[in-house]
Amino acid sequence: MIGEEDVYRVLEQVHDPEIRAVNIVDLGMVWDVKASDHVVHVTLIPTFVGCSAQTIIQRVAESRLAAAFPDVRVAVDLNLSGSWHTDRISERGREALKQSGIAPPGKDLGDVACPFCGSRDAAMENLFASTSCRSLYYCRACHNPFEAFKPL
Amino acid sequence: MERWTSDEVKNRPEALKPLTDLLFQLADDDLVIGYRDQEWLGLAPHIEEDVAFGSIAQEEIGHAAWYFRMLEELGMGRADDLASLREARERKNAVMLELPNGEGADYLTAPHFDWDWTIVRHYLHDVWEMARLEALKTSRYLPLAEASEKILSEKRYHRAHQELWMRTMARHDSVSRQKLEAATAKAFQWLGDLPSVGPAETALEHLGIFSGVDEAKRAFWDQVDTFFGELRIHRPEAAKPLDGRQGQHTPELARALSTLSEVYRLDPTAKW
Repeated sequence: MIGEEDVYRVLEQVHDPEIRAVNIVDLGMVWDVKASDHVVHVTLIPTFVGCSAQTIIQRVAESRLAAAFPDVRVAVDLNLSGSWHTDRISERGREALKQSGIAPPGKDLGDVACPFCGSRDAAMENLFASTSCRSLYYCRACHNPFEAFKPL
Repeated sequence: MERWTSDEVKNRPEALKPLTDLLFQLADDDLVIGYRDQEWLGLAPHIEEDVAFGSIAQEEIGHAAWYFRMLEELGMGRADDLASLREARERKNAVMLELPNGEGADYLTAPHFDWDWTIVRHYLHDVWEMARLEALKTSRYLPLAEASEKILSEKRYHRAHQELWMRTMARHDSVSRQKLEAATAKAFQWLGDLPSVGPAETALEHLGIFSGVDEAKRAFWDQVDTFFGELRIHRPEAAKPLDGRQGQHTPELARALSTLSEVYRLDPTAKW
């Protein structure tokens, strides 16, 4: 008998290729998990609808689950049955983002702290950055540029 | 109100036609503006803007991809085929969105692109897209209601970007202000079919697929008037030389589609 927690354990090994530090469970992309003797059915929701990594994530999740549970049918859907918001990122996910140099999302665009030195004296340089989900800032305290997750 | 799934709509021909007509408007608007946006890659006014506009282009095309996927679910054909293989006369995008980024500009040989026009056009698209999605959050068609809620939360970043540019253009100096005025005048020569939902309007309203079309149009005009008022930029009356919602287009659309789908048409069955 496969339990939901077994499925989550496998999904914790799946990462967004653009944010390697955080797995998709901590990122809040897993909307629904159903497991039985015959079927494992997972529903994922995209962080940003236009994110180009989403179908890669879906495929990787599917192949990891198929490898982990070879005797059941595995299906991974990607849909908008749930609306992803930045508060879906777990505490562990926020910490992992910070460790990899990305400021976790705040309440709004002004609510941001430098992931390197912790200073809140940061200027937004660009609302957009290397991926859909991030903005670009400059830390006036330690003089590092850094990216921050856009609040949604 | 009971919400419909894709299977339920497939069994209601009276709902399927207006719903797919509306989804084609959403998909075609975002695909063609996303195409025009990405032509700026490497040409935007400065490096940070290149990054910003690249992101916006990706998101517009990403949003279009979701709408095309919804059409696929409703049995209209493969999403990739719908995006790449339909003729210009089948497209439902507003005409303004298909126009080139500048006068007589060929992307490869002479990209004399006009940034002011690009930004003003995009701003108008963003305001209508948001007014439309706000209304569609309560659509009887559940997948569309869910997508609207989500896409709306991302669109505000696009609009904030265009508004920042327009405020800067309006107050920087007399040259930038004149260019903003010229871009505004040009946009309003084409604007008419943008804030509209095409010939299925009554059916869409009646079926609850798009409730409050008039309110959405009013919201669009109120917001546009307020913003141009704040900038103290005169906006002319909107003209409608062609109605893209009925498949009327300039030759620019066919030209854009031929470039957009050139590789896809080489082998539509290729796996990417």
